[in-house]
Amino acid sequence: MIRSLFTIFAIVLLGVVFATIAVSYSEQQSLRPLAESYVQLVPRDLGAANVVTGILLTYRAFDTLGEVAVLFMVAASAGLILGTRQRRPEERGEPAQEAARPSSEIVQTGSQILAPLISIFAAYIIMNGHLSAGGGFQGGAVIASCVLLILLTYPEHRINVEFLSITESLAGALFVLTGIVGLIAAGGFLDSHILPLGQFGAFFSAGAIPILSALLGVKVGCELSVILDRFRPQP
Amino acid sequence: MISNIVLTTGLLLILIGLWGVLTHRNILRIIIGFSLFGTGTHIVIVAIGYVTNGTAPILDRTLSLSEASSRVVDPIPSALVVTAIVIGMAVTAIMLAYTIRLYDSKKTLSIDALMESKW
Repeated sequence: MIRSLFTIFAIVLLGVVFATIAVSYSEQQSLRPLAESYVQLVPRDLGAANVVTGILLTYRAFDTLGEVAVLFMVAASAGLILGTRQRRPEERGEPAQEAARPSSEIVQTGSQILAPLISIFAAYIIMNGHLSAGGGFQGGAVIASCVLLILLTYPEHRINVEFLSITESLAGALFVLTGIVGLIAAGGFLDSHILPLGQFGAFFSAGAIPILSALLGVKVGCELSVILDRFRPQP
Repeated sequence: MISNIVLTTGLLLILIGLWGVLTHRNILRIIIGFSLFGTGTHIVIVAIGYVTNGTAPILDRTLSLSEASSRVVDPIPSALVVTAIVIGMAVTAIMLAYTIRLYDSKKTLSIDALMESKW
């Protein structure tokens, strides 16, 4: 009783705070100085048409590296938490669950058609991150959705976790290496000026941003796929 | 105007998520509450970055560099939220992993069964 009173009290208090924020908030009429300088600098200085990707992969690339490290840690700890899990119910002396029916032909055919298309779409999102909406994180999530589709269609299929781990480590090492090259050949860690800027709006442009984007996409896709695989009953 | 609506929606989602976390006793429902909380925060951050009549900060044929500063929304909140979404998904995965282990050991999803560390 006291606890539910406390809950209501906390919610109401926070609601009052939020209400004052919502009432007194007035929409921005123009960009703040930092945002304005980013909007001008990214196309001119980095040659990237998508300002968000330019910020993510050059000006705030160190942050992005930290986020990728967090993601790696989560993949590792999901393996740590779930890896030593007890085996399937029948091996613990409990009544065996009914074996899952194989998925129907409609589902199998649909996923066989969709999986390659989703993969191509993921590659498109990753490689056009500097030109249109997209980038490494988003494309990596699309890759993971393709892996999830395959896992749902073929529950007994084993994905090669070792291959994914090696690919992911390689992509991470290359990402850091690109950053160190920037330290030597350009202005600082993860500076994208190590490659020529190229023509604005062309596929090969914006310095090292497409390379960083591709490495990030591969890394995020592998990590999310490994996390998905950890949640299945281990053999 | 539109960002006021989006901001209010986000703040309401945060409240709903917090209410779910505080009142429910089932761990899965608590996790859903945390997800709502996180999604609400993302919506609030994006809403703050909106500029009146702004468009996406992507330069192309219809948006030249000279007029970009007056016509785009703030790109910084978008950049922050892109990474926050992925991290939110990863945190949810960790919570679900712990839930699986707790269910293995306690055979229940109610947090009332977990009294060992309560002071």
